[in-house]
Amino acid sequence: MEKTWNNKAWFMVLPVLVLVAFSAVIPLMTVVNYSVQDTFGNNEFFWNGTQWFTDLLRSQRFWDSLSRNLIFSGIILALEIPLGILIALNMPKKGAWVSVCLVLMALPLLVPWNVVGTIWQIFGRTDIGLFGYVANALGFDYNYVQDPVDAWLTVIVMDVWHWTSLVVLLCYASLVSIPDAYYQAAKIDGASRLAVFRYIQLPKMRRVLTIAILLRFMDSFMIYTEPFVVTGGGPGNSTTFLSIDLVKMALGQFDLGPAAAMSIVYFLIILLFSWVFYTVMTASDAQN
Amino acid sequence: MNLNFTWMAWTWPTAGFFLAILFLILCMGVWEYVSPGGNPRTGILRFETTRGDRLFISLLGAAFIHIAWLGLIDASLWWALLLSLVYAICVFLFV
Repeated sequence: MEKTWNNKAWFMVLPVLVLVAFSAVIPLMTVVNYSVQDTFGNNEFFWNGTQWFTDLLRSQRFWDSLSRNLIFSGIILALEIPLGILIALNMPKKGAWVSVCLVLMALPLLVPWNVVGTIWQIFGRTDIGLFGYVANALGFDYNYVQDPVDAWLTVIVMDVWHWTSLVVLLCYASLVSIPDAYYQAAKIDGASRLAVFRYIQLPKMRRVLTIAILLRFMDSFMIYTEPFVVTGGGPGNSTTFLSIDLVKMALGQFDLGPAAAMSIVYFLIILLFSWVFYTVMTASDAQN
Repeated sequence: MNLNFTWMAWTWPTAGFFLAILFLILCMGVWEYVSPGGNPRTGILRFETTRGDRLFISLLGAAFIHIAWLGLIDASLWWALLLSLVYAICVFLFV
């Protein structure tokens, strides 16, 4: 049968286009306009060309916060993805414990970012926080306010606590959808536990894992609230990630031009990563 | 209704930039009208791309070429634009 082409249907996306224009395109255009000008307030702007971009790309501060962010995202992915798979594999597939596990897993996801930050900010304190107090009582020199390593440790553990559940739930959903016949066939063939994981479970989870990696990368790459509440970017600049640096520049220093230039570079990096992930995902789907 | 866009701090170069993007999208629309289907093919990146994908890859690549130029090289930015055009032509031919 001949497929009917009716391009009038494109008008149906017009409302979305208007919404996106107001919420994203117009603000983005404004950021681009800001990035080539300087302002001292009062809505007066002075042309500055590409100087902000040159300054930004040659400043140690930007590369430092970018590398901190990339390292953070790398650690987060390296911890949360295997841990999420491991927990999902060990969750019960049948019985009353399924609901209990699912609710327990969903709980951290329901806590707002700033509350998670506050919880860990207090939890890690050496005077009144359970974790900080106990760690010091056990003889560990733990103090996230003064020690960069401890600050990193706190922020990473906090993120793992908050977001591993997402990976678990995604993997679990894909695991329970595998028909029993696969496992029966594997049993008949005498496949080991590892072989079942490698040749049945992992391929079936591939799609959701790609989504999980993409989501966790983007979320950790734009993380702001949690480290801001816990460490405020400190001690020194040790946990100043890109978004924290950006807000410092834009709102703290009111340097709208440099902040706009940084936003654009930040946006382009996220766009590149998202495009690569999306392309890999759709291309491998097409192959299957 | 009094629409006031001064808060957007428009400049001629940035307006020109966005008009150029708009012009490119309109050209893609005309191209699609003349030859529908998006001309999907598998190029050197070994996955299927349409004309729209190729435009996106060209624009994203052009952005990074300009950023790299600003960060590493002191010569005029017009050379980066020229390089981006060469890159875009290659993308449309081979990707």
